[in-house]
Amino acid sequence: MLKLILRRLLQMLLIMAVASLLLFAIFDTPEFKKRLAVQELGGFAVSALTEESYNAWLAEKGLDVPFHTRYLNWVGDILQGDMGFSYEKNRPVGPLLLDRLANTGILAFFVFALMIPLSLVLGILAGMKEGSVQDRTISFLSVFTTSIPEIATAILLTVVLSLGLGWLPAKAAMINGFSFRELLLPVLTLVIYDFGYVARMTRASMAEVMTSQYIRTAVLKGLPYRRVVMKHALRNALIAPFTLIVLQLNWLLSGVVVVEVFFEYDGFGKLLLEAALFPDVEVVQACTLVAVAVAVLSQIISDIGYTFLNPRIRFA
Amino acid sequence: MAVTEIEAGPSALERLSHPRALIALGLLMWLPLMSYVMGGSALGPAADYILLPAIPATLLLYVLGVRAFRESRVAVIGLTLVFFWLLAAVAAPYLPLLDPNKPIAPFVTPLSEKRDVFFWLGTDFKGRDMLSRMIWGCQRVIVWGVSATFVAYVVGALFGLISGYLSGWWDEIISFVANVLLSFPVMVLFIVILNYLGPSGFNIVVAVTFASAPAIMRIVRGLTLDIKTRDYVFAAQTRGEHPLYIMIVELLPNVRGPIIVDACLRLGYTTVAITTLTFLGLGLQPPDPDWGLMIRESAKTAMLWKFSYMLLVPALAVSSLILGFNLMADGLREMSLRD
Amino acid sequence: MTEQTPVLECRNLCISYYTRAGEIPAVVDFNLKLMPGEAHGIVGESGCGKSTVALAIMQYMGRNGAIVGGEILFEGRDMRTMSEEELRQIRGSKIAMVYQEPMASLNPAMTIGDQLAEVPIYHDGLSQSEALARAEEMLAKVRLPDPRRILRSYPHQISGGQQQRVVIAMALLSNPRLLLLDEPTTALDVTVEAGIVELINEISAEFGTSMIYISHNLGLILETCHRLTVMYSGEAVEVGDIEDVFDEMRHPYTRGLFGSIPLPGADKNAHPLMAIPGQLPLPHERPPGCNFGPRCSFFKGGLCDARALPMHPVPGDDDHRVRCERFAEIDWDRDLPKGEAKPPIKAGPVVLSVKDMTKHYAIETGGLLAMGGATRTVKANEKLTFSAREAETVAIVGESGCGKSTFAKVLMGLEDATDGQVLLGDTELGDLPVQKRTKDTIANLQMVFQNPFDTLNPSHTIGAQIGRVIRKFGVARSEEEVNEIVYRLLDTVKLPRDFAKRKPRQLSGGQKQRVGIARAFAGNPSVVIADEPVSALDVSVQAAVTELLMDIQRENRTTMLFISHDLSVVRYLADRIVVMYLGRIMEQGTTEEVFSPPYHPYTEALLAAVPIADTRVKKRHIVLKGEIPSPSNPPKGCPFSTRCPYMIPGTCDVELPPNRTFGQDHRILCHLQPSELEGMEPVISPRAEAAE
Ligand SMILES: Nc1ncnc2c1ncn2[C@@H]1O[C@H](COP(=O)(O)OP(=O)(O)OP(=O)(O)O)[C@@H](O)[C@H]1O
Ligand code: SF4
Ligand code: SF4
Ligand SMILES: [Mg+2]
Repeated sequence: MLKLILRRLLQMLLIMAVASLLLFAIFDTPEFKKRLAVQELGGFAVSALTEESYNAWLAEKGLDVPFHTRYLNWVGDILQGDMGFSYEKNRPVGPLLLDRLANTGILAFFVFALMIPLSLVLGILAGMKEGSVQDRTISFLSVFTTSIPEIATAILLTVVLSLGLGWLPAKAAMINGFSFRELLLPVLTLVIYDFGYVARMTRASMAEVMTSQYIRTAVLKGLPYRRVVMKHALRNALIAPFTLIVLQLNWLLSGVVVVEVFFEYDGFGKLLLEAALFPDVEVVQACTLVAVAVAVLSQIISDIGYTFLNPRIRFA
Repeated sequence: MAVTEIEAGPSALERLSHPRALIALGLLMWLPLMSYVMGGSALGPAADYILLPAIPATLLLYVLGVRAFRESRVAVIGLTLVFFWLLAAVAAPYLPLLDPNKPIAPFVTPLSEKRDVFFWLGTDFKGRDMLSRMIWGCQRVIVWGVSATFVAYVVGALFGLISGYLSGWWDEIISFVANVLLSFPVMVLFIVILNYLGPSGFNIVVAVTFASAPAIMRIVRGLTLDIKTRDYVFAAQTRGEHPLYIMIVELLPNVRGPIIVDACLRLGYTTVAITTLTFLGLGLQPPDPDWGLMIRESAKTAMLWKFSYMLLVPALAVSSLILGFNLMADGLREMSLRD
Repeated sequence: MTEQTPVLECRNLCISYYTRAGEIPAVVDFNLKLMPGEAHGIVGESGCGKSTVALAIMQYMGRNGAIVGGEILFEGRDMRTMSEEELRQIRGSKIAMVYQEPMASLNPAMTIGDQLAEVPIYHDGLSQSEALARAEEMLAKVRLPDPRRILRSYPHQISGGQQQRVVIAMALLSNPRLLLLDEPTTALDVTVEAGIVELINEISAEFGTSMIYISHNLGLILETCHRLTVMYSGEAVEVGDIEDVFDEMRHPYTRGLFGSIPLPGADKNAHPLMAIPGQLPLPHERPPGCNFGPRCSFFKGGLCDARALPMHPVPGDDDHRVRCERFAEIDWDRDLPKGEAKPPIKAGPVVLSVKDMTKHYAIETGGLLAMGGATRTVKANEKLTFSAREAETVAIVGESGCGKSTFAKVLMGLEDATDGQVLLGDTELGDLPVQKRTKDTIANLQMVFQNPFDTLNPSHTIGAQIGRVIRKFGVARSEEEVNEIVYRLLDTVKLPRDFAKRKPRQLSGGQKQRVGIARAFAGNPSVVIADEPVSALDVSVQAAVTELLMDIQRENRTTMLFISHDLSVVRYLADRIVVMYLGRIMEQGTTEEVFSPPYHPYTEALLAAVPIADTRVKKRHIVLKGEIPSPSNPPKGCPFSTRCPYMIPGTCDVELPPNRTFGQDHRILCHLQPSELEGMEPVISPRAEAAE
């Protein structure tokens, strides 16, 4: 099993390497170099530049050396913690990103804290008695909530809870420092959008387990129903949702973009979007790289978790 | 016109349910719509008539669809939602609607009258009719969403078949590329690609392909790995059939079932993605109406209970379309499990 | 005896499933009386309701099933009136069940110890450690080696046979009054099956447990049970003591069943099998009156289809009952109808010859990134040598992992032989992949597959699939010609012509298999490989398909390689037999030679393991120990040395045995001296009283 994990790690490293190379290549076209120049010198100045002085500028910035050297430099810098400079925010990217990631981390923490118990419990309740009223209600609820895109959920919640009832602030800009009340709407939006998916998967997994032959064996052994569910079914039924929940981290990194932008919450997603629109190339690069790293890491955790939870692999 | 078709009796409907007839009807609906949206001004005066044949085709497809799905109430509801918007898309030019891009009177609340015009859904901050914008707004989402999903499917299924059937190095390479792409969170990938290519409908197709094809490839690959161990594939191999023949004739038709369910779900995701991207300013561009755009444009001004309809209308519209796709997927899955 | 209350009594039991198509009566009017210590067999074909009865006895009907009528009395109390809690206390302690698929029946995420211990913990209130101790004891009783290790193992870590022993141990832990066995050996190899059957017989002798043994195999029932119920399409059609039903059957279906299984006396030329015509009705398409009516040669309109039939007692024997209106009129003493005798076929020149064919697989333990990982070799085929003549049937017999399928793959050109020669006519095939073979070579060598549900592509019509082969092999090109040939082929396999337009899902298993045969013969092959072509079919359909296959072969003088694990079938239809074990040929010779001494020790055990549904023969009792080793890690020396009762330590487990030749072409791979081999007694012999 150790070998399996090592192999996965190696694979993931390779993926990181290729992803970063890809990312670097995308933002390394002449066109983007020009954009960089515009950012630093201003659009007017750049259009007035002669070919020569532009080349001189490139040389000064170290943008004229061969691609692979620049790539290696870039990776080296990043490994040393230097992620570049944000022209828009006029700050080094490293600390900026760290700030924003921390904010998103807080958001993600609350989302998971609410979503995991909610979706698992609902999924198990639904899957336990396939086809029953409770199953159909929960299933419909989860299709319904996942069908409303985050942006629409955000709007509905804002309109009802904030504009209509006035219970919660409509924005989460946190101008006067951190406020849990402001965080609530973004958290709710993400939870409502996401729990349905996990709940449905949990339900499917549970329903499959409940119709399996070993559950029949357990019932016909004369075990009490509670024991059948708690000891025999759950253990097997939760393997799939577990890996899924870890992978939701990746999903969440997508989700936070809209939610953070809509609620004006200063997190990672908003940073990425602003950088992309500005365009603040080095910020986009750094953000993407971090996102990929998180995704890859969650993949590894999910894989390792799966091998641990599944004796069929653990003792293969 | 559709009415006469229905009156022709069940045998005519039966005949129309043949796959070939369905495809023909589908094209009759789709091609005009697609050229209308993608062709834009290039169509010239033809633009006024091109969508006419699509209307009966859409109605007929809906009737056939309800017939085919009648066993699952969920699927019929989903189908109805989706076809409501499809019909809106093809019929929009012929409906008695106000010009969606013309400012008339700003901030008119729903169900009220202003300048002798009754506004069912009010007007937005620029004074454009919301009802008209909502109905016109579905065209671009549907056309680009379906096109993008379709392209992603062709690419994903192709690579999935190759990777699953040929195995070996093909599989290693294709799977690796898919893994690299899958390790980008979807929205991040969208942002990077659209930032690189610039925002436009065609680029959305590209971005969706990069984002969805790897997942589709994985599904098709899994199905292929399962199906290729069947004896009929073995039989084809032992008669010396070319791998291409085996992939297309022996494997592809049999991965169709699960794929159709997934395709419905994915149509939903793509719709979400397009709306979201447009909201973020990376997708479709003004001035033509679009749901994402409607949200984007009024997100700042509509932050009052009184004006919240400007956000609610597009939000509910997009949700209903996605709900339609998801319910269809659910119903189809349920039906496929039953027999 | 009459004073005792029956352990279990089912009275007029009716069970239905509720599906979209409406109510499906799965079991109708089922009666059964089981006395203490008795073993009752239920035999019937797939879908006749055997498992449904077993689960109904357990009161476990799933979500869409329900008992709609009748009573189930367990020790005199109606189980249908019991509360959930009362049922719970009976399940697993007084009534226990053993299932068909041991792997699926055990929880993959719990250790075997935990799963076993639950039974005494919940039923007898033992503590965990006491329970584990009892479990260990029980594992030893079902003769599992190293019980302590097994207690700590997960189900996937032990073999299928061991899993089934675990399930049996689980069932016995609370010393139940009644044991339900639902096809407990169907998923296992024959030699492993023999061990389980022996165990079951010992249990019933030792514990006095009453048993209900469900099987589709009449031979197994004969070996395990006292009484027998024959079921057909949801109904019991005949009930009686084993001897009565086997020797004086009074129902046309039972009789047909016996006529269509190859018993030792059957012979493909002199005494061909007599197939039951037609196929099983679907549960919702049952005919009025007698369910067997449409297939019965004694059917009489107005009588047989007039009403739902009751069970009639057979006069002179209270315990023998049949569900047939005409059983009294039928002349049962007249000999079973036999098929027409056919002249024996003369074998022609050698068509296929295999010399020292060897196929090794290298399995890498890593993938792309584990370079330098150790590679292991699986010796799937080792030095196979044999030949087959025109119009001859050569059977390749062996259990799982013996390399049958690999051999077929090499022959068909999907794998290269590692070494040796395969000559078809004068074309060397061993290293000629299918892409490089000429059209004629490919058409000359075709295959019939095992699984009817897999053999046809569900997306295309039958006609299109056969037509493709015809075009591919260049038999015909034009649309009409191809259609004409498709129709002719359908005629040959006795299917209606309009099947050409149907999709496979509209066909039954037997019909699909017929299409598979038509497809194989479309290009006029000289050699056909039939890989267990009937083993997945219902017993009553098997005979018809087997006969069809042989008729076509006879007509075209095709050579047939018949791969099978079923020695009874092989004995019936093969001219020559090749016995394989772990990739090697252990014995080969004519059918006559292989079935009589000298035997290879493995053949001897195999013969003894195959259950025979005939009360007139006696079998020697040989049960092999252990299980078939993995082909990736075969024993040194003789592959059979780990299980062979004759094993010579120091020789057999070190050195590869020599090939001993007897007669003209009878070869045995064994260290035993020829005299020892010749001194073996026949495994199957007529019973003294029936020998006359
Ligand atoms: N859950 C179910 N829902 C609907 N029909 C069912 C269900 N289970 C069994 N049946 C039907 O009931 C009939 C009897 O099935 P059962 O499993 O008892 O047969 P069996 O004799 O055990 O067959 P096999 O030899 O294949 O195990 C079949 O026609 C089957 O299709
Ligand atoms: S009742 Fe009639 S049809 Fe049925 S088995 Fe007896 S003779 Fe045959
Ligand atoms: S060689 Fe030895 S172990 Fe092998 S079959 Fe003969 S006696 Fe048995
Ligand atoms: Mg069964």
